Amino acid sequence: MAATVTVEVARYRPERDAEPVFQQYEVPVRHEWVVLDALTHVKDEIDGSVAFRWSCRMGVCGSCGMMVNGQPTLTCASYLTDHLPGPIRIEPLRHFPVIRDLVVDLASFLRKLRRVKPWIVRDDGPVEPEGEYRQTPEELERYHQFSQCINCLLCYSACPIVGLEPDFTGPAAIALAQRYNLDSRDRGARERLEALSGDHGIWDCTFVGECTEVCPKNVDPAGAIQQYKLASALDTLRSFVLPWGK
Amino acid sequence: MAGTLDAPRYHGRWHRPRTSVFWWLESWRYTRFVLRELTSVCVAWTALVLMAYVGAAGLGAEALATFLSWMGAPWLVAWHVVVLAGLVYHSVSWFSLAPSAMVVRVGGRRVPASLIVGGNVAAWVVVSAALLWLAGRA
Amino acid sequence: MSRRVAPLLWLLFSAGGTVAAFFYPALLLIVAFVLPFGYRDGTELSLAGLLQPAVVRGLLVVVVALPLFHWAHRFRYTLYDGLQLKHLAVLIAVLCYGSALASTFVAAYLLFTLP
Repeated sequence: MAATVTVEVARYRPERDAEPVFQQYEVPVRHEWVVLDALTHVKDEIDGSVAFRWSCRMGVCGSCGMMVNGQPTLTCASYLTDHLPGPIRIEPLRHFPVIRDLVVDLASFLRKLRRVKPWIVRDDGPVEPEGEYRQTPEELERYHQFSQCINCLLCYSACPIVGLEPDFTGPAAIALAQRYNLDSRDRGARERLEALSGDHGIWDCTFVGECTEVCPKNVDPAGAIQQYKLASALDTLRSFVLPWGK
Repeated sequence: MAGTLDAPRYHGRWHRPRTSVFWWLESWRYTRFVLRELTSVCVAWTALVLMAYVGAAGLGAEALATFLSWMGAPWLVAWHVVVLAGLVYHSVSWFSLAPSAMVVRVGGRRVPASLIVGGNVAAWVVVSAALLWLAGRA
Repeated sequence: MSRRVAPLLWLLFSAGGTVAAFFYPALLLIVAFVLPFGYRDGTELSLAGLLQPAVVRGLLVVVVALPLFHWAHRFRYTLYDGLQLKHLAVLIAVLCYGSALASTFVAAYLLFTLP
């Protein structure tokens, strides 16, 4: 195994760079090291000015998503040994404004997320005697997959439509909408459909499918969006055939 | 709250890369996607050929023979080989993507995607064989 | 696109994609390869018989029309996203769905004026 590998880190320092530039660092290759460890090594030992986000180091917080050799990657879950002999090119997530180096601005996602009401919507108050909504394991299984999203936003970087239509609600937010729609305790499906069947909702998606490919949690946003389209289309058809129904 | 989230949008010094017009050439995955979308041209062409065939048949035996001899022209045969490849790619990609849109549940459990794809492909083979058998008998 | 229309266009796209996926490879194989090269004689007679029932003609209109709407939808998005022609969105939509609609009328006319 090679003793070292070159990492090319995209640097963007707004106070001096007009465009991002690449800076090369030589880092030791350890068998158990992930790409994030290489960045931490650069920051601790070589160049303390490199800016990047990370928190849990174990694929739960979703902070350390970056482009690694052009692919949206959770850097804490991608081993250096899988990228040898290098160089390993590390860039900020695509389709987001770059604040500094590898740090992007996520405000656009937070706005989109709020649009789909990712919480349990009820207007009737707690109805169960103990004030809780019971759920069977089968009911949990229906939405469990979509609840695994850690908001790492790799799917937004993988989606060409997000790049072309900056207002497109996007994969993770729609998958989270579907997570609550499929929850037996939730009553908000109609409100969410209003938000998602309009402009910049599900109809912007052309099923490229890359969001599902890059998802580190196997959430399958592409599936969520297509299921949403089918449900919405059948709903519209029903309203034409049975206009007196709801 | 909304104000504090919106304000950074106008931060002048952030870097905002633009998507290239040739984004679909940047990775093979995107090119493959665009090729999948372009199979729709093969689909439309086939619809027009079917219409022309029916139209020629409506004009009588002579027109039909002329139409069929056109269809035998070498450049058209070559183009139809490409169209056929596009149609097969459409069928295969269509069937393999179908399970993500359609969640079929039997007895509370989701039917595995491979079973749906397999069922679709099997039905496709049967339908194709039946159509070719009919054409052979005609 | 209005939120009432988009779902219906998508349904047409999906239905057309399914029809094309199941039937079109075999149909093209027949019209472009089997008929011109294998069974040139006699086909016209049995075809006329086959197309007599109105149900068969109606089905054929569907088999031609739905895949055309499939094309219209996909091709519209390919032009729109692939070439970033956002400013021409309305023109592209009118041309794509319009030509699918026009072809549908031509197909219906051809089939129902067959002798």
